[in-house]
Amino acid sequence: MANDPIHQFHIQKLFPIEVGGMDFSFTNSSLFMVLTVAAASAFLILSTSGRGLVPNRVQSLSEMAYEFVAGMLRSSAGTEGMRFFPLVFSLFMFVLVANLFGMFPYFFTVTSHIIVTFALAMLVILTVTIYGLVRHGLKFFHLFAPAGVPPVLLLIVAPIEVVSFLSRPVSLSVRLFANMLAGHITLKVFAGFVVSMGAAGIAGAAGAILPLGMTVALTALEFLVAFLQAYVFTILTCMYLNDALHPSH
Amino acid sequence: MAGDAHSNAELNAEVHIPESEHGAGFPPFDATTYSSQILWLAITFGAFYWIMKNVAVPRISGILEDREDRIAGDLSEANRLKEETDEAIAAYEQALAEARNKAHAIASETRAKLKADQEARREKAEAELNEKLKAAEAQIAGVKTEALSQIGDIAGETTSVLVEQLIGKAPTKTDLNKALKSAMN
Repeated sequence: MANDPIHQFHIQKLFPIEVGGMDFSFTNSSLFMVLTVAAASAFLILSTSGRGLVPNRVQSLSEMAYEFVAGMLRSSAGTEGMRFFPLVFSLFMFVLVANLFGMFPYFFTVTSHIIVTFALAMLVILTVTIYGLVRHGLKFFHLFAPAGVPPVLLLIVAPIEVVSFLSRPVSLSVRLFANMLAGHITLKVFAGFVVSMGAAGIAGAAGAILPLGMTVALTALEFLVAFLQAYVFTILTCMYLNDALHPSH
Repeated sequence: MAGDAHSNAELNAEVHIPESEHGAGFPPFDATTYSSQILWLAITFGAFYWIMKNVAVPRISGILEDREDRIAGDLSEANRLKEETDEAIAAYEQALAEARNKAHAIASETRAKLKADQEARREKAEAELNEKLKAAEAQIAGVKTEALSQIGDIAGETTSVLVEQLIGKAPTKTDLNKALKSAMN
């Protein structure tokens, strides 16, 4: 009942909208997407409204986020990669804020749905593929034939490279989705133990201290995971973008 | 909470939305919600991308560039001032060296002049002294000659007196001279 760990992932329609037999309802997921975007935009814009030469606390936080992503992108895709900075920065901020929003009790975690993370991963992969093909033409396929590999080995290496390229959107999306989902389920299960044991008399309440401590520790871990997964998603995006810019390794 | 879901399902059933469409089972794998999620993700993420690209990123990069420019400007200004200081120090040191050289020159010039003056005076004094010495020597020689020329007369007289006292009779001039000559030579 109270500790059904799956319930938090249910999509509830807030404003049902249906167009041509397709469901486009404004759901709790949509609401939290809007909130994520609004909060992230408001923070970044309001914190920098002073345009201080010497930043105050919130401004330096925004600058830190900017320089963190810029450093990632520059170090893995070079200065050329900076043309993708708005996209990479948007992805990082969106995923980070969505993950962190998920840490609030009763909040919906947008990134705990595979379709959302998969859509973001496809956005990255399509950007890489389309830009790579437009920029390098057929040379983009050098990506699958690393330089310096003997032709015989190429017969083995090329299929492996193709498979690894095709599995990128899957691994990128499943990693984020699974981490958020598993983390929230674990958290919910342990918190549920606290409630059900606490209901079982004094001995149960004493025993509930253990899962309570576990819940506290897991909450800290989940905050770390929330940041870490945003970071991993972004750094992998940077590496894939590097492939689009420099396909011949 | 699952009870809520249950009552939701009942509610949905009442408004003629079949249970299967509401997503019995695992919500993330419920394909009926995908179209809505993709649409709203596209709308929200698209808006977010637009805001980032056109407002947030240019603003933050502007702030950072301004700061970099300011720091670079301040550093170059500091360098310029340092160069100016170095130049001033070099000029000062050069002026000091020049002044020292000039002082040196003046000192050695003065020393040489004083030395020359002194030398001249010394030479003049020496010459005078030499002259005086010569004059004195000449005088001494004159006196000596005179004394020597008179010594004969004195000796003669003395001898004459002595002889007179001894023998009671003065010797003759010729004897006296003869005796004196043999004695003095």
